[in-house]
Amino acid sequence: MNKLAFKWGLIGLIFIGSIALLYPSFEWYSKTPAEREKLEASNSRPKHILNLGLDLRGGSSLLLELDVSKLSGKETLNESMQRAIEIVRNRIDQYGVGEIPITRQGEKWISVQLPGIANPEQAEALIGKTAMLEFRLVKTDSASQEAASKIYELEEPFNNDGTLTDEAKKLMPEGTVVMKSKEGGYLPLTETVSVSGADLEDARVTAGEYGYPAVSFQFNSDGAKKFGNLTGANIGKQLAIVLDNTVQSAPRINSRISSQGQITGQFKMEEARQLAIVLRAGALPAPVSIIEKRVIGPGLGEDSIKSGLTASAIGFIFIILFMTIYYRAGGFIASIALFLNLIFLVALMAYFSATLTLPGIAGIILSLAMAVDANVLILERMREEKDKGQTLPLVIKEGYDKAWSAIFDSNLTTWIASILLFQFGTGPVKGFALTLTLGLFVGVFTSVFVTRAIYEFILTSNPKDISL
Amino acid sequence: MRYFQLLPKTHFDFIGARKTFFLISGIILLACIVSLCTKGLNLGIDFTGGTMVQVQFDGNTDISTLRTALQKKGINADIQTYVGKNAFAIKVKGKQENVNEVSKNIDSALATIGTKFEIEQTSFIGPTVGNDLAKKAILAFALALGAMIMYVAFRFQNIIWGAMAVAALFHDILLTIGVFSFFQIEVDLVIVAALLTIAGFSVNDTIVIFDRARENLRLNPKYDLPTLLNVSVNDTLSRTVITSITVIAATAILYTMGGEVLKNFSLALLIGLTSGTYSTVMLVPGLVYQWSKGSNFDAMATGVSTQETPKKKHNKRHYNN
Repeated sequence: MNKLAFKWGLIGLIFIGSIALLYPSFEWYSKTPAEREKLEASNSRPKHILNLGLDLRGGSSLLLELDVSKLSGKETLNESMQRAIEIVRNRIDQYGVGEIPITRQGEKWISVQLPGIANPEQAEALIGKTAMLEFRLVKTDSASQEAASKIYELEEPFNNDGTLTDEAKKLMPEGTVVMKSKEGGYLPLTETVSVSGADLEDARVTAGEYGYPAVSFQFNSDGAKKFGNLTGANIGKQLAIVLDNTVQSAPRINSRISSQGQITGQFKMEEARQLAIVLRAGALPAPVSIIEKRVIGPGLGEDSIKSGLTASAIGFIFIILFMTIYYRAGGFIASIALFLNLIFLVALMAYFSATLTLPGIAGIILSLAMAVDANVLILERMREEKDKGQTLPLVIKEGYDKAWSAIFDSNLTTWIASILLFQFGTGPVKGFALTLTLGLFVGVFTSVFVTRAIYEFILTSNPKDISL
Repeated sequence: MRYFQLLPKTHFDFIGARKTFFLISGIILLACIVSLCTKGLNLGIDFTGGTMVQVQFDGNTDISTLRTALQKKGINADIQTYVGKNAFAIKVKGKQENVNEVSKNIDSALATIGTKFEIEQTSFIGPTVGNDLAKKAILAFALALGAMIMYVAFRFQNIIWGAMAVAALFHDILLTIGVFSFFQIEVDLVIVAALLTIAGFSVNDTIVIFDRARENLRLNPKYDLPTLLNVSVNDTLSRTVITSITVIAATAILYTMGGEVLKNFSLALLIGLTSGTYSTVMLVPGLVYQWSKGSNFDAMATGVSTQETPKKKHNKRHYNN
C-alpha cells in the first residue's frame, strides 16, 4: 500500500509540475497577436514556453552562407563563424524585433528565424551588407589617371562585388586600384587601406548637405591616431570613403581630423539608417549570401494551425472513443493515460523551449501510436489471461508482465533510432526525432506505469471483475 | 460479459500462403520500381532548388490565364492548384543563385492579371542547400536503420530476424515512394519525416510478433519454425488489427481534415502504415521462414533468446506488496 501511495504521489507531482510548466505557454498563446508582438519586441517573452515553428505560425526564415574563400585566414573557421553570427545578431537586434533564434548550421551556414515577419526584405538587406568601410587616398599621378581612363573603355571592368576583374588588374600600375564612384566615374586609389571600419566606435544618422541624410562616425582611440596621422600628412589631397568597394564620396582634406568624420552620399533615409546600423555592429568577416529563404504569410500559418489542431483533436477523440468502446473500462483507463501522455509531453517540450514543427507533429503521432499500441498489447494479454479463468489480480499482473517485453523492445529500438536521427539529422529530421525521443519516454511511463497504478488502486477495493 | 471482439481466435496458415504474398508484394514492388525508374519522383524545390510562390486570388482566376501571364514574362513554371480555393502554387525549379530574382519576376507577372491577390507563401532554395539536406537525411536514416538491425539481432539473438524486420521496413518505404512516384505527388522535406514515422511503426509492429515468437518458443520448445511463426502471428493478430485500425483511422482524419499543409504528409503515412500492417503479418513470418530454411534452420536451432527483459522482475516486485 505504501508503494501504491508513492506511485500516486509521483504521478500527482508530475501532473502538477506539468500544469505549472504549461501555464506560461497557455497564458502566452491566449494573448492577442498584437500583445505578443509588443512583448516580443521588448524582449519579455517568457523563456520556457512551447514555440511554434514557422511552418505553423507564419514568418520568415533565412539561411546564410559565409563565403569562406574570402576569409582573411587570421582566425579559424569556427571563430569566423562565431563572429559572423554575433554580427548578424547585433544587426538584427538593432532592428528591434525581439529575440531571434540565430544558429549555426553545418559548416558555414547560419540559420536566422524571423517569426512573425512576413516581409523580410529589410532584414535581408541588413544582414546581407558586408559593410566593409575603408579610407583610401585618391591617386593623382599621371600613370594612375591614365590607367583609370583605360579602364573606362573596358566593357566590364568590375566583378559583381565591385573589385576589378583580372583583365583590368593587369592595366594597373603598382599599388593602384580603381573603383566605381557613387558620384559618377571611376577613381584611382591607393591599394593599401589606411584606416578601416574596424577602427570605428559609433555611427549615427545625421543631417548632411542638400537635405540628404549622412552618417557620422566616431573612431576609437586607435583609429583616431591612425586617422589623425593620415589626414595630417595629406592635407590638400582627396580622401576616398569606400563602402563595399564603392567610393561613397571623396572630399578634400582641409585640415587634420582625428576622432570624427561623416559619410555623405545621396542616401535615402532608410539607406542611411541601415548603414549606421551595420557600421555600429561591425563588418562581417566575409560576405554572406542568402541560400535559402522561406516566407509563410500569417494567414496561411493560422489556417494550418487551425485545421491541424481540429484534425488532431478529432483524431484523438476517435482513438479515445474507439478504445473505450472496444475495451470498456480497460480502454477508458488507457485513454486517461493517453491524455496524460499528451499533457506531460507538451509540458516537457515547453520546459525545453522546443519548437513544434510539422515534422515534430509526426514524431508525436508516432509516439502516441506506440503508446496506444502498448495499451492494446497489455489489454489483449489481460483478455487472454481472463479467458484462462485467472483471478482479477492475476489477470492484471500477468497482463503487464507478459506484455512488457514487447513494449520494452519496440520502444527501445525506436528510441535508439530516434536518438541517432536527432544526433545526425538536420532540419525536419531533427524536429521529428526530438518529439519522438521525448514522446517514447513519456509514452512508456503513462501507458505502463500510470495505467498499472490505476488498476492497483481499483484493486484495493477488491472488485470481482473489470470490464475489458 | 463477453468482450467486444473484432477478431475471434484465428488459425490462418500464413507460412503456407507465403508464396502468394511474396508474389503480390513482388508485383507491387516491381511496379513501384518501374515507376521510379521511368517516371521518377516529383521532387519539390526542397531538393531541386528553385523558387515557389503561393498566391491567393480574390476573384476567380483560371490556370491558363495565370500561365499566359507568367509566360509573357518568360517564366516557365509548374503550377499547382488547390481544390476549392482560388490559390495556386507557382514553382520554378532549378539552380538559382539570386534570392529574390525569380519571385519578383513572378510578382510582376501576377500584377498583370488584374485580379487582386495576396502572396501567402514564398520559398527560395539555393542549389547547394537541397543537396546537402538530402545527403544528411539519408546518412542519419542509414545510421538509425543499422542500429535497429543490430538491436533486434542482439535481442533475438539472430541476425536473420533483424534483417527481416528491416526488409519489411524497406518494403513499406519503397511502396510509399512508389505510389508518390506513380501519381507524381510532390516529395518535399516533410515527406522525409513521414517516411521516418513509417519506418518506426513498421519495426514496432514486427518486434511485437518476434516477441511473441520468443515467448511461444519458451513455452513450447517442440514447435517447428512454421508452427511457431504461424501461432505467434495468429496470437498477436487481434492486437495488430486493433492498433492498426486506431492509428490508420486517426491518420485518415488528419488527411481529410488537416488542411493543405498536412495533406501529402498524412497521405504518405496512410499508405506506409497500411503497408506496414500488411508486411508485418503477411510477409515477415514467411520471409523469416524462407531464409531460415535456406540455411538449414529450424526453430529449436534458432537460439532465439529466452532471457527475460531486465525490468520484468522489477515489475513483479512492484506487484507483490
